[in-house]
Amino acid sequence: MLLGRGRFTGDLARTGTWHAAFARSPFAAAQVDAIDLSAALTMPGVRAAFTAAELGHPYLLAILERAEFTATRMPLLAGDQVRYVGEPVAVVIADDPYIAEDAAEVVEVEWTPLPAIAGLDAARAADARQVHRELAGNCLVDLIMFDDNRLEEIFATAPVVVEGVFTSARVAALPMEGRACLADWDDRDEQLVIHVSTQVPHQVRSGIAQALGVPESGVRVIAPDVGGGFGLKCVVGREEVVVAGAAMRLRRPVAWTEDRQENLTASFHGHEQRYDVRAAFDAGGRILGLAAEIDCDVGAYSAFPFTCAVEPLMAATELPGVYKVPAYRARGRGIASNKAPTAPYRGVSRPQIVLVMEQLMERAARRLGMDPLQVRRINLIGPGEFPYTGVTGVSYDEGSYRESLDLAEQRVTAGGWPAERDRLRQAGLRAGIGYSCFSERTAYGTPTMSQRRMRMTPGYDTAQVRMDPSGEVIVTTGTCGHGQGHETTFAQIVADRLGLHPGQVRLRQGDTDLSSYGWGTFGSRSIVIGGGAAGRAAEQVAGQLRQVAAHLLEASAADIELTGGSARIRGDAGAAVPISELARVVYFQAHTLPEPLRYGLEARESFDPPGTFSNSCHAVLVAIDPGTCEIRLRRYLVVEDCGVVINPLVVEGQVRGGVTQGVAAALFERIRYDSDGQPGSATLMDYLAPTAAEICPIDIVHLETPSAHSETGAKGMGEGGTIGAPAAVLSAINDALSDTPVCFGHIPVLPEDLHAALTREGAA
Amino acid sequence: MKDIHLIRLRVNDREHELAVESRRTLADMLRHDLGYTGTHLGCEHGICGACTVLVDGSPARACLMFGVQADGREIRTVEGLADGEQLSDLQQAFSDHHGLQCGFCTPGFLMLAEAYLSDTASDGTDPTEAQVRELVASNLCRCTGYQGIIEAVLATARSRRSAGAP
Repeated sequence: MLLGRGRFTGDLARTGTWHAAFARSPFAAAQVDAIDLSAALTMPGVRAAFTAAELGHPYLLAILERAEFTATRMPLLAGDQVRYVGEPVAVVIADDPYIAEDAAEVVEVEWTPLPAIAGLDAARAADARQVHRELAGNCLVDLIMFDDNRLEEIFATAPVVVEGVFTSARVAALPMEGRACLADWDDRDEQLVIHVSTQVPHQVRSGIAQALGVPESGVRVIAPDVGGGFGLKCVVGREEVVVAGAAMRLRRPVAWTEDRQENLTASFHGHEQRYDVRAAFDAGGRILGLAAEIDCDVGAYSAFPFTCAVEPLMAATELPGVYKVPAYRARGRGIASNKAPTAPYRGVSRPQIVLVMEQLMERAARRLGMDPLQVRRINLIGPGEFPYTGVTGVSYDEGSYRESLDLAEQRVTAGGWPAERDRLRQAGLRAGIGYSCFSERTAYGTPTMSQRRMRMTPGYDTAQVRMDPSGEVIVTTGTCGHGQGHETTFAQIVADRLGLHPGQVRLRQGDTDLSSYGWGTFGSRSIVIGGGAAGRAAEQVAGQLRQVAAHLLEASAADIELTGGSARIRGDAGAAVPISELARVVYFQAHTLPEPLRYGLEARESFDPPGTFSNSCHAVLVAIDPGTCEIRLRRYLVVEDCGVVINPLVVEGQVRGGVTQGVAAALFERIRYDSDGQPGSATLMDYLAPTAAEICPIDIVHLETPSAHSETGAKGMGEGGTIGAPAAVLSAINDALSDTPVCFGHIPVLPEDLHAALTREGAA
Repeated sequence: MKDIHLIRLRVNDREHELAVESRRTLADMLRHDLGYTGTHLGCEHGICGACTVLVDGSPARACLMFGVQADGREIRTVEGLADGEQLSDLQQAFSDHHGLQCGFCTPGFLMLAEAYLSDTASDGTDPTEAQVRELVASNLCRCTGYQGIIEAVLATARSRRSAGAP
């Protein structure tokens, strides 16, 4: 990677590759009356072009098996209607991508524009046009959960009721590598081989197989190096399936690499949500009840295979979070609009629900004249209360919720933050300190995922561990890392069990022909589930090695330990045999071994845990320039507990990257659409991803509460940074404005928002 | 008819002669005509900096230059940093400080930093964190939060200065 020898999809070359480009809708909503490909097809260098009709109207269909869910097809190419700006209507295949793009521009489409449904209010208006014909009220999913009939009385009698509307803008995951694929028909294997920049190779295979009507074994999906995903690549893109279909028809390699404009307008977005919340507190600050109406603008289609219900389901199920809420009701809806579809972007609703809960704690504290951290402490699931099963039925395994908050506060005080805030204020700036407390449910196995009732229910994963005759190990996994350091951490887990050095263990992943069916890398699942499966398989191989060693050393297998590259008899320093020698004997001298010990050192194991909660407390100090209303981070602290830390560098990298994305959502990033559904954030000049100048150093402190639900004691932690940052930053901004009536409940808080609010309050 | 030009350039001290269409970007030419795929394209409009290469020693966005503009120039790409299999000090520092995760933006940061470190080598003072943060703000990374990248550049600057100090 550092040598410039990474192999990303766009780096791959096949002789005779043709290149695809898509003709896309310029309208948010329109009827497609006619498509004329003739001008494109006559352009020199153009080899083929297809519309939906010519491909037989293939589609992807994501299904949630619930009465509250309406399934809608996502056509690979739009048929008689387009539903967002950027929706593909035709594909052009040409000798090079420059010609393909030229040709896509001369695809002539006759459109009849339709009124756009450009947001939640438009979608839910009484006379709203239906984004899909079959979709009453533009509601794709409507879930009422945990409806507690005591709530109205609680709200009527509670000393304090906090109400608020909280919103988060639509954002883009923005992996630095956009989506890309290279599809090639292999005559020898009679198989379509497609390299895709994806987090979920097997689900891409399933999507291609289902959409094109071919058996899964007829498709091989390979994810080479993947330049970031963040959830955008854990769903199946229609373009990659179109390219697969084109390569099958044309019997030629076909490549496609999306450009940044396509990535920002025509791939997948996330996190556009509105929460209308009421919470009751007693006079001591204890929460008594919580009711929430949660609306997610999920765009035009349900992404395959997760469906658009991911966001409302997550939000409604997990809103109470780390707090002991005795009575709860939530209604979560996924509302269709004429915008790009959404995918499960890093954090999936948890950045929002944490923001909501933290703001409720802050506002209750303000009403009661209490310390907001004290209100949190009163309500946090505390030491001695784990495993805690709350009002949602979710069981929280052991964590350090109270401890992480206490430690964060100590560090903040010891680090002189309050004094720095005072100095900043004296210097004429506005300054504030904010906290967020949260846990992150990770490693959802099928026991948890099945509650969502997806037609394709993910969760388990499978690994194979195979030792070769030289005593080195290959691990295959169905997870699919792309920068999370799995090559290192999986090797550590396996090497640890086999008594080897991690350098002797290689990870193979991201190839559907190589590994058992697996669910890829998303939802902070890989190290717990994939690593757990690998650990279990390694235990099996370790058992095989101990048997062989016992045979050779004439000892009992129970007395053999594997350490430092050798098998030894415990307590007998002289009796040892190198593991490489065991491997040599097994493969090359099989006839000398008893039958059960012959023919290989390998095992395949799966792991399917219920899930495990990691937790964190974030603290941030912000300074606001009253003139420019620029909000700057001054200090950032994360106290995190992901159980047993397998590799601190990897964990800290995930935390810092996650925090940066969370800060981005809190202060900078917003995908804008106008009221006609035209996107206003089509370039990186308009969509403001933070650079190093917008971020400050992020200090990290580790706590370690091992998980009982994982093989290694580790908990997932890929999303926590993104989850906790918006809430902490918003708390800090509101603290900085605490001498004014301004109290924000939305993200991002932009300088213009601050300026408008302060001007309105006469506080500018 | 395509508008084709015959050009000659040096890439990582290697001479190349090729015919290139006038509209082809330097990035595409390096990647697909000459095989230097370490140069990545993240936005193709000059913001993200993943495609940063050195043109006659100065960092440039290879997506904003045409290949024909490199005629007669000296280009350095990420493939030209290491000595065979031996990582350069800067590359090693990126590894030591966890300055990369997915690795897609890494070549751009490496070339940006290499130019900066070469430029400032004669200053005799170590750059500050703020100076390096400002430099690193030229490019976008979505994985790391930038801290590892900044630490890697600072560490390389320190080690180069102490190695070069009389």
